[in-house]
Amino acid sequence: MSRTRLIIYGILSHVAFVAVWQLATMLTDLPSYILPSPIETINELFEPSYNWSMHIWATTLEIVGGYVLAVIVGVALAVLFVWAPVVNAGLMPLLVTINMVPKVAMAPLFIVWLGYGLVPNMIIAFTICFFPIVLTTHRGLIEVEPDLISLVKSLKANRWQIFTKIQLPGSLPYLFSGMKVAAVLAVAGAIVGEFIASEKGLGYFLLAQQNALNTSAMMMALLFITLIGIALYGAVVALEWVFITRKGITQ
Amino acid sequence: MSTPFIRLEGVSKRYGSETDGFLAVQDVTLDISEGELVAIVGPSGCGKSTIMNVVAGLHDATDGTVEIGNLDSPFTPGRDVGMVFQKALLLKWRTVVDNVMLPAEILGLPRKESKERALDLLEMVGIGKFANAYPQQLSGGMQQRAAIARSLVHDPKLILMDEPFGALDALTRERMNLELLRIWKESEKTILFVTHGIQEAVFLGSQVAVMTAGPARMAAHFDINLPEPRTLDVKTTEEFGAYTREIYHLLGLR
Repeated sequence: MSRTRLIIYGILSHVAFVAVWQLATMLTDLPSYILPSPIETINELFEPSYNWSMHIWATTLEIVGGYVLAVIVGVALAVLFVWAPVVNAGLMPLLVTINMVPKVAMAPLFIVWLGYGLVPNMIIAFTICFFPIVLTTHRGLIEVEPDLISLVKSLKANRWQIFTKIQLPGSLPYLFSGMKVAAVLAVAGAIVGEFIASEKGLGYFLLAQQNALNTSAMMMALLFITLIGIALYGAVVALEWVFITRKGITQ
Repeated sequence: MSTPFIRLEGVSKRYGSETDGFLAVQDVTLDISEGELVAIVGPSGCGKSTIMNVVAGLHDATDGTVEIGNLDSPFTPGRDVGMVFQKALLLKWRTVVDNVMLPAEILGLPRKESKERALDLLEMVGIGKFANAYPQQLSGGMQQRAAIARSLVHDPKLILMDEPFGALDALTRERMNLELLRIWKESEKTILFVTHGIQEAVFLGSQVAVMTAGPARMAAHFDINLPEPRTLDVKTTEEFGAYTREIYHLLGLR
């Protein structure tokens, strides 16, 4: 199928979804606190008391902050594991165990330790999305063809050359696949943090509107959360295109 | 005749300890003159690749002597070895010409000259117009041509090839054999060529060393005298048949 057709079908399915939603509200007599129409939802944008921009900004900061921190710390740890096998042998099993702890369940602890505000929520987003980055990047760094290592060692390449010329660039496709998973998780992490304790952000806003049964405003908040997630994911895909896809690289 | 360029004498290689280690190869003796193309042929597990690693300086021999280079032509480990493997092992994120330049980069050779040399070599191996493509865009045969260019870029004296055409289809393999003979003559390198293709070994080699598995050692050694230049017609000559027949028999195949 051609690229333009794929794009057209993709757009069509989204439009159809909204159309079916609108029709459902018109053809049934569900009250709008159960299922508000798309138009009602969009109208919530123009309610000044909601202060959308403040909430959007808070949530975006938490997501991006936690995410960027996760990428930096994740890559750094993966590199450390490769350079120091002892650290790897000791820390990797621990990391795998901690990874099994449901991160969402740890969120209340963070609130106890850190209080509430932007930073604790950033940390929750960080915790939830950092594991896939360490694990995939580490895997990418160690997955090098043994013959390729022989080839460069026959040229008396040193450890640093092998790392910078082969391991690090070779791990990029893995890093990006970890970053894509992490982008989705970071959004969930920030919202969970806001659910548990916060005074602003789209997750906070969702809970506040739930108490008022203001379903259309909740829908609008959900839409914004989704849009932030899409923007983050899109940015990662764009970077991936520049470094990976454009060159026809597959894992 | 001058001293050989490579002298292997009673070379053995054991991995692990004396008692429960694994004897990868034992008692290999081989003399190779400079500019010769020597083929080592044998089944899997006969220690062909071990010999290659020992000559490349990646592993030390457990027993015996390995001497490379002579007075006329001294040998610098690292600087004077080029390697080609069954997989092309090109870096996916580098263009073909940048891949070819990798050894020059590792050795810290001047960038401008090595780039010129890389481009010339890509012309020589017949893929000059793909210099700025990425390896994924090339066929298996073309990738292997790039790998050969890469093994030559730092102008080493010795090229080690470990089943370089083993993953190619039969016809591409024949074509690459002819190409290799041409490249060998143009570059005047000493080439050690490991294969399990008996016909390939006889067709390419000026000498063929035959190795057997269990125990992994050298069973025989032939100087190959075939009409020059070697074209595919050589493969249908009686002499060619006699060499291959003898090697088949040595390996227990008839």
